[in-house]
Amino acid sequence: MTLDTVKHAGETPEAEQPWKELGLKEDEYARIREILGRRPTGAELAMYSVMWSEHCSYKSSKVHLKQFGEKVPVNDAMLVGIGENAGVVDVGQGYAVTFKVESHNHPSYIEPYQGAATGVGGIVRDILAMGARPVAVVDPLRFGAADHPDTRRVLPGVVAGIGGYGNCLGLPNIGGEVVFDDCYQGNPLVNAGCIGVMKHEDIHLAKASGPGNKVVLYGARTGGDGIGGVSVLASETFESTGPAKRPAVQVGDPFQEKLLIECTLEIFREQLVAGIQDLGGAGLSCATSELASAGSGGMRVELDTVPLRDSSLSPEEILMSESQERMCAIVEPDKVDRFMEICEKWDVIATVIGEVTDGSQLEIFWHGEQIVDVPPRTVAHEGPVYNRPYARPAWQDALQADDANKLARPANATELREQVLKLVSSPNQASKSWITDQYDRFVQGNTVLAMPEDAGMVRIDEKTNLGVAMATDGNGRYAKLDPYTGAQLALAESYRNVAASGAKPLAISDCLNFGSPEDPDVMWQFAEATRGLADGCLQLGTPVTGGNVSLYNQTGETAIHPTPVVAVLGVIDDVTRRTPVAFAEEGQLLYLLGDTHEELGGSAWSQVIHGHLGGMPPKVDLDREKLLGEILISASRDGMIDAAHDLSDGGLIQAVTESCLRGGKGARLVVPDGLDPFVFLFSESAGRAVVSVPRSEELRFNDMCGARGLPATRVGVVDGDEIEVQGQFSIPLSELRAAHEATLPGLFA
Amino acid sequence: MTARIGVVTFPGTLDDKDSLRAVRTAGAEPVSLWHRDKDLKQVDAVVLAGGFSYGDYLRAGAIARFSPVMETIIEQAKAGLPVLGICNGFQILTEAHLLPGGMLQNNHLHFICREQKLRVETSGTAWTADYTAGQEIRIPLKNMDGRYVAEERVLDELEAEGRVAFRYLDVNPNGSLRDIAGITNAAGNVVGLMPHPEHAVEPLVGTGRTDGLGFFTSILKKLVNA
Repeated sequence: MTLDTVKHAGETPEAEQPWKELGLKEDEYARIREILGRRPTGAELAMYSVMWSEHCSYKSSKVHLKQFGEKVPVNDAMLVGIGENAGVVDVGQGYAVTFKVESHNHPSYIEPYQGAATGVGGIVRDILAMGARPVAVVDPLRFGAADHPDTRRVLPGVVAGIGGYGNCLGLPNIGGEVVFDDCYQGNPLVNAGCIGVMKHEDIHLAKASGPGNKVVLYGARTGGDGIGGVSVLASETFESTGPAKRPAVQVGDPFQEKLLIECTLEIFREQLVAGIQDLGGAGLSCATSELASAGSGGMRVELDTVPLRDSSLSPEEILMSESQERMCAIVEPDKVDRFMEICEKWDVIATVIGEVTDGSQLEIFWHGEQIVDVPPRTVAHEGPVYNRPYARPAWQDALQADDANKLARPANATELREQVLKLVSSPNQASKSWITDQYDRFVQGNTVLAMPEDAGMVRIDEKTNLGVAMATDGNGRYAKLDPYTGAQLALAESYRNVAASGAKPLAISDCLNFGSPEDPDVMWQFAEATRGLADGCLQLGTPVTGGNVSLYNQTGETAIHPTPVVAVLGVIDDVTRRTPVAFAEEGQLLYLLGDTHEELGGSAWSQVIHGHLGGMPPKVDLDREKLLGEILISASRDGMIDAAHDLSDGGLIQAVTESCLRGGKGARLVVPDGLDPFVFLFSESAGRAVVSVPRSEELRFNDMCGARGLPATRVGVVDGDEIEVQGQFSIPLSELRAAHEATLPGLFA
Repeated sequence: MTARIGVVTFPGTLDDKDSLRAVRTAGAEPVSLWHRDKDLKQVDAVVLAGGFSYGDYLRAGAIARFSPVMETIIEQAKAGLPVLGICNGFQILTEAHLLPGGMLQNNHLHFICREQKLRVETSGTAWTADYTAGQEIRIPLKNMDGRYVAEERVLDELEAEGRVAFRYLDVNPNGSLRDIAGITNAAGNVVGLMPHPEHAVEPLVGTGRTDGLGFFTSILKKLVNA
């Protein structure tokens, strides 16, 4: 086959091109021709097709994501905002923290182990590319029904992949979620988050400036894996009859990534790079065009110098390859030798593949012949933007009218007891330790809190005990009932979890998982959820620093529940003041903070007992969330509470069960006056937490809550070896433990 | 005076920083050693930390055993240099034939990370003198290939000579023969175990216990009093 050079393209304007197969729409192809004033070469077409895919260009979501940049709360902590590899916030003492959550949903369905593994690898490189040392990972996961045969295929593979990759990198896995729901059958959500730490002066940005500076590709050799992964996988809905797409999933090598991390950090320490970008989705196409687009000039790349794993790869394939564990750095000429020495020390292959020019074009050559000549901004930053039509779904009103508060309730104490056991042993509410015990949470020796705590927390300075915390939350059931409120509830829960651990929430990252943007119903959910999240962040004072959108999560006509996952990052000045969830001290008093209403719409109880989803989700009061957060943080700092657990899905009884089992102590609960025992135990009203207060602190704690106007109700005492709800029932801890801990091993071991 | 204790970093070593911290916490001077370097920088003892040296390719510990730094360590260990192998370090020690037996994949085929109860079976090694024989400790365990195996004859010999240093209690987490979590050589200077004492040296992090600190205070006292 002859090489499709720029010259050749100019001479053969009418040549047929596979734009459709590459996922481009007809008008998009026409626009490329218009930009270039000729037909694109094969290599250019490859670049545009991956970079203009939904995954890379955010073409359907952009118009809504804009709000995160417009509704920005005043927040002094923000150092780098949306648009870079990851946002950066100031956490004090000269430290900055970068964090982000991304999706690797489609690859993980096709090939669970590698899909999940490379999801971890990708987010870790994103964090690394900001100049930070990655210090922890988290994994919010969603699967189909727990007892569905395909979940038995997907879940163990995903978990082993996250463990197999993350454990080899030496990064503690400190949190995340596992949720089961029929709606994720065929569309599991595998989101991965990472936190990185650096000093302020070490922040690196992805841009190529300074003519004459060298473009260095380093890390793994480029192979045939993941070619077209971006456009084929992330931007199309699965059809059961389609051809096998397995080769489009990347294969990871965590050992190579570990070397890349250590090598890159050493390169940062010696200040050898002027700009840096990781290679993820869209591989070299993305890295070269984004670096050049964000920089001041052009870039020239000799593509035939790229080290290959498979020498038969065509230039188009090299540009599209998503081979893992690669980075691209911009290095001043006199620093190249030292850069190469460090790579050699770590056995990392590094190659100068080009240089920054004083032109304005991204030019790529193959054995001396030019195959790409494009304005980089048109590839990287000026892709198509769609104003997709959206409308409130016709079924939304009926769904909301199907009130969960009217479902049949337990008729007596015996039934109430039975339902408690059923709830805490249901797959969503059961212990996840069968999964989380496959992740290393101890490595690096800085893990202060890890799952099943409310938030993961790591120490970032051994001398001062400065630490950061992170929680991720997202309830697709709530969001289905009302996407605006559902997104705010995800934010509120994550915020509450971080505050419950004793850390001050600072900023958020989000991973927005939705169905097809071509469906106006889905687009309405997306528009509502982003609006809710942006409004919520403005009110809570926690800016969105970055994140990821995953669309087309649907099989045929059926979309997943809208699932905005929110990761809140918090800071704590002294990690020795952290608050665990465990009720460990007998005699301590249990206080319920916040108001409990009759709110069962979207609740775990309605799902587990009735298989029901309908009504309205719990109401959100973000001012109340803020107040609750302040009280939890003050109480932790001043030693007024020894344990705290947020109330969310499953309500009070779920939280108390988890805290009792974690601490190995029972509790005696008293139903507050005027509250129905069933509502007391199962309602999922937001803005609540249960705390364990030493008797010596009760007065001071009550005074603080009273003075600041937060309802605090004494609901019991830590005592004995059973959970007793006075006047109702009691369940021995051993029975609760058996029910809570046997479910997942029973399903997956 | 104090003692200099080296911690080796192979490509893929993960717990080197934790081990250096544990050495420091015990009061000794931590020294980083590099896999390509034959020079041990005059350390008085060596810790081979956990991780996936060389990606665990071929077999856990199989490639690390041939690295330049191991040449010197093997030679000096035979002459009495105290060496502690933790997890991947234990695997390297068996590959290097400084300790008998080897590790297979966990019998349940999953990576396992948990707090593990152990019994210290002997205080007669360079790394366990601060414990009493029979003492029960709880430290983190985390591995994929942790199932200790050896021929019956070797196992009998280890038992007879009091060289089973640690045994799993309550739960055998990986199918190790005779619940063996760690062993020592006959001289007591080379000790290997799968669980991680270096993750249990301060109450703030990990499982909140300090049961692993004794490994590092044991060696420090021995070296300082020598």
